[in-house]
Amino acid sequence: MLSKLFARTGRIVINILDNVGQIALLFVRTVYQVRQLNSALLLRQMAHLGADSLAIILLTMLFTGMVMTVQTAHEFVKYGAQSSVGGLVAVAMGRELAPVLTGVVFAGRVGAAITAEIGSMKVTEQIDALRVMAVNPIAYLVVPRMIACLLMLPLLVVFANVIGSIGGYMIATAYAGIGSFTFLNSIQVFAVPHDIVGGMIKAMFFGIIVAIIGCHKGLTTAQGAEGVGRATTGSVVLSIILIFISNYFLSVLLYR
Amino acid sequence: MINLVNVNMNFNSRQILKNINLTIEQGEIMVIIGPSGSGKSTLLRLIIGLLQPTAGEVWVGGREITGMSEDELNKIRLEMGMVFQYSALFDSMSVGENVAFGLRQHTSMSEAEILQTVARKLRMVGLRGQENAMPNELSGGMKKRVSLARAIAINPHIVLYDEPTAGLDPIMSNTINRLIVSTRRLIDATSVVVTHDMSSAFGIADRIAMIYDGSIIEMGTPDKIKQSENPVVAKFIRGATAMPERKGRYRA
Repeated sequence: MLSKLFARTGRIVINILDNVGQIALLFVRTVYQVRQLNSALLLRQMAHLGADSLAIILLTMLFTGMVMTVQTAHEFVKYGAQSSVGGLVAVAMGRELAPVLTGVVFAGRVGAAITAEIGSMKVTEQIDALRVMAVNPIAYLVVPRMIACLLMLPLLVVFANVIGSIGGYMIATAYAGIGSFTFLNSIQVFAVPHDIVGGMIKAMFFGIIVAIIGCHKGLTTAQGAEGVGRATTGSVVLSIILIFISNYFLSVLLYR
Repeated sequence: MINLVNVNMNFNSRQILKNINLTIEQGEIMVIIGPSGSGKSTLLRLIIGLLQPTAGEVWVGGREITGMSEDELNKIRLEMGMVFQYSALFDSMSVGENVAFGLRQHTSMSEAEILQTVARKLRMVGLRGQENAMPNELSGGMKKRVSLARAIAINPHIVLYDEPTAGLDPIMSNTINRLIVSTRRLIDATSVVVTHDMSSAFGIADRIAMIYDGSIIEMGTPDKIKQSENPVVAKFIRGATAMPERKGRYRA
């Protein structure tokens, strides 16, 4: 009984380590193939993965800014700290909420799309067809996606910061009775460029995570529609977990 | 041209190919036949380097490809083309873009030259004017023909066909068979065809090799295969079922 438990645990650990190794190898091979980047493919991915995600990011971050202000504004006003609300929203959005929640939404939309597309190519032998035609699948599929996510997620986070602050402003002025000047001045007093830049640096790492995990899951998809479905779900879940874990370490590194 | 020397292939502790020794001469059409699961498609993938053998050597065009890196294999693959069983067309690209793919990736041809070449290859396979069609709009036979046009776009010396007539009606199967023979004639390609369609095999092959249980059990001209005294070969080519013969009628 005990030996079976140990054996099962061992298999799980080996499986996890195997996956970690494969993902790390894919990242290294992708970086090596960056020299073969095709700019036309890159631009197409930037539009498809980045620009097309703007609408959903704006919607989610608007309401994030609004709900954050709803939860905090009255308490701050109660203690006479209404002049801190704007700064709080801006700093929280810049450092944590914008990069992390944008990353999570990005993982759900873009990560799933990458895995589904590449996974479908895998099960229909299109990846093999690329190799047969002497095209490196990593150079052709993974590199443009990774670079596109690396570049576009920080840009999306900038938009997220702006729209989240606008949402906070709307609630602070219309709901909590905080003056417009008070809110905006608070941002200038409390927020520094590093709050935003740090968030954008986090977003670059999150973009790489979403792209590499998405591509890895796609390239290792098991046969059939069920395999593609399972890979897509796995990609989103794993990306979100890694975003939250890496966010902690990046926050310590950037904002100690 | 292509040599397999003592090739063995294992998957998940199961031996798929056992001591395969096979030589395919330049310009010939070699047909590999055998029951499903006998290792025919695995053999094809070993020749083009999609798989590495567990043991043995694979030689293509005088170079040993066993153990080559992917970059080195890509240089060999520029001289090869493959028609997949389910066509494996890039479904985000049109027919023309599929056929042009290899030309755009590996040649310095101008766009006008590429379009001319694509049109010529599509004419060769009887799909004139279909450049703008998408793969999901095509029938099975049309997809196979696009796959063939794509495989021969860069005029390879070796063309591999994985079950080229699978799932096709007899008329379309004959069309594909005629294309395989005419492709050999037009671009002087060595062809390796994997199939269990015996009428196709006898119709196009210069030589036939039968794989059974991972080994080559018979090899020779179509006539020699037809006259084979090996009971497994005889049973296969006559299409007998695996069930033992019964006396009397089958009851419901």
